[in-house]
Amino acid sequence: MHPKFKAFLEGLDEFYHAPYRRTLTAAYRDENDVFMLMVFAEQLGVPNPVSFYTMELLPFMLEEFHEWHLRMGMEKSPLGHFGCC
Amino acid sequence: MNAMVLLLLGLAGLAGGFFLYSKFIAERILKLSADFKTPAHEFEDGIDFVPTNKYVLWGHHFTSVAGAAPIVGPAIAVIWGWLPAFIWVIVGTIFLAGVHDMSAIWASVRNKGQSIASIAGKVLSPKARSLMMVVVFLLLLMVNAAFAVVIANMMVATPSAVVPVWGALVVAFIIGQAIYKYKLNLPVVSLVGVVALYLLILIGPSVPISLPDSVFGMTPHTTWIIILFTYAAIASMLPVWMLLQPRDYINGLQLFIGLGLLYFSFIVVAPDVVAPMFNTNTPEGTPSLVPLLFVTIACGAISGFHGLVSTGTTSKQLNNEKDARFVGYFGSVGEGLLALAAILAATAGFATLADWEAMYSGFGKGGVAAFVQGGGAIMSEGIGISPELSATVLTVMAALFAGTTMDTGVRLQRYIFQEWGDIYNLNVLKKGWVATLFAVGACLLLAFGAGGMDGRGGMIIWPLFGTTNQLMAGLTLLIVTVMLMRQKSAIRYTLIPLIFLLSVTFVALLIQLVDFYNKSNWLLIIMDLIILGATILVTLEGISVLKREWKKNAPQI
Repeated sequence: MHPKFKAFLEGLDEFYHAPYRRTLTAAYRDENDVFMLMVFAEQLGVPNPVSFYTMELLPFMLEEFHEWHLRMGMEKSPLGHFGCC
Repeated sequence: MNAMVLLLLGLAGLAGGFFLYSKFIAERILKLSADFKTPAHEFEDGIDFVPTNKYVLWGHHFTSVAGAAPIVGPAIAVIWGWLPAFIWVIVGTIFLAGVHDMSAIWASVRNKGQSIASIAGKVLSPKARSLMMVVVFLLLLMVNAAFAVVIANMMVATPSAVVPVWGALVVAFIIGQAIYKYKLNLPVVSLVGVVALYLLILIGPSVPISLPDSVFGMTPHTTWIIILFTYAAIASMLPVWMLLQPRDYINGLQLFIGLGLLYFSFIVVAPDVVAPMFNTNTPEGTPSLVPLLFVTIACGAISGFHGLVSTGTTSKQLNNEKDARFVGYFGSVGEGLLALAAILAATAGFATLADWEAMYSGFGKGGVAAFVQGGGAIMSEGIGISPELSATVLTVMAALFAGTTMDTGVRLQRYIFQEWGDIYNLNVLKKGWVATLFAVGACLLLAFGAGGMDGRGGMIIWPLFGTTNQLMAGLTLLIVTVMLMRQKSAIRYTLIPLIFLLSVTFVALLIQLVDFYNKSNWLLIIMDLIILGATILVTLEGISVLKREWKKNAPQI
């Protein structure tokens, strides 16, 4: 593909996505935050009937955990046995 | 006078402004520097702060700032003759709008990409920040009310445009689904979308839709206004990817196509301007040219609304500080071109002076109708389509614009109501649908309260909208002037426009106040007084801030 044409297509893509990137990312993050709460519910002392399944997800969520608890207004990790900060 | 002469003069003026004046302002006054690390790089997060190619950014900036306003304003203002409107659009774009937009971006870039309200709080005072919030709210309120009336008028005047205008929503909805649900290829989807939109325009004239003279006792204008706000309320609550995003996008593409077709037709047809240079035979009730011209044409000459866009999204995506000149100044030039097209269409698209005078039978009468009829006649000759079809093309262009602005406007107003709910602890107001009802209710109140229940008189608020817009621009220029003082640059290039804008706003508000009083329109008297109060506060704030800064760093004038 001609580089100019490729640049044009990339520009078109930006033209579609850029103005609403913020709104959409925020909506996605809100949804994700609720999901995080469900996954970490048992650890936070909230009984979770499906914790047997969400337990398996824990390792996948750990990377996002730190940012999540900061966003939720907890300055330090709420989990006693797990210190991320 | 041939329209080509005006066109060439206008283009030459705007080109001169961009190549000479904007270069001077950018290099000598603002001192834009390629070495300055822009917020897009400093806080790059892939969401808000993304360094963006300057041409793409210009495309966004231009399509966000260009709306129906640069069409409506000039098309109303030619009632005083073509020369005043022409001069104000060209001179205003060169010396005011371009400088305003470019320096607003610069101000935000130098303040971590913050919005204009935050910068006002920081550079001026916390009071200025609250003042700005009030002005923004009024601005949105009037934009929504005025645009609903504009669209309703168009729907009644051009029944052939009803199917394409509402069909465009369906097209946008399908594009949204295609992109987000089915992840289809964007260029293909865009092409299909644009073709579908123009097919709708093509079949529009064969399926004209007019509302009956009375629906539950309401006139067609009233019914359309209610339908529009019902739609806007629903649209503003849907997730953005479903309607707003694809609608903005298809609208942006359509703007470039429509503007291209229009300018192409001007060049091919080269029509004669039938309207007088100065209209000495203005209809009764036309207010005085000075200062009303300067608030009737706001967007297209200078508009405070641009400051919101410049400091909202544009400044966060600026790759290199020097790009502010291209994105900001050239963005205004684009809008000036739209305003110029509106002037030419509304003055050269009529066969005789008598036809033109019949259209401009009273102040506020011409407007979009004149643009559609005049522009339609020229376009029909230029590209050889039927006059009805070309009128449909232009109506769709203007209606889609006004529509997207309304959607966004109602959404933003809802946020403001929700924020007030938050601040004053009114839980009810925090709910999305309650806030939306308040937003839409306020707009409806203004649309009908200002112009009567038959929905035809709403354009009476147009100049009032202009004053609020100019007031907003004044606030932005005040911020820039203070920043220039602090960096010891000459301040006359922003101070003179600032003084000019505040003066015309002030006098225009007084003249309108008398007019509203004579018509005993209490709602508008109250609005006028609020804006007048805000203007006085802005002026006092400006004087006190400038005095304070003057003592600290004696400026170069």
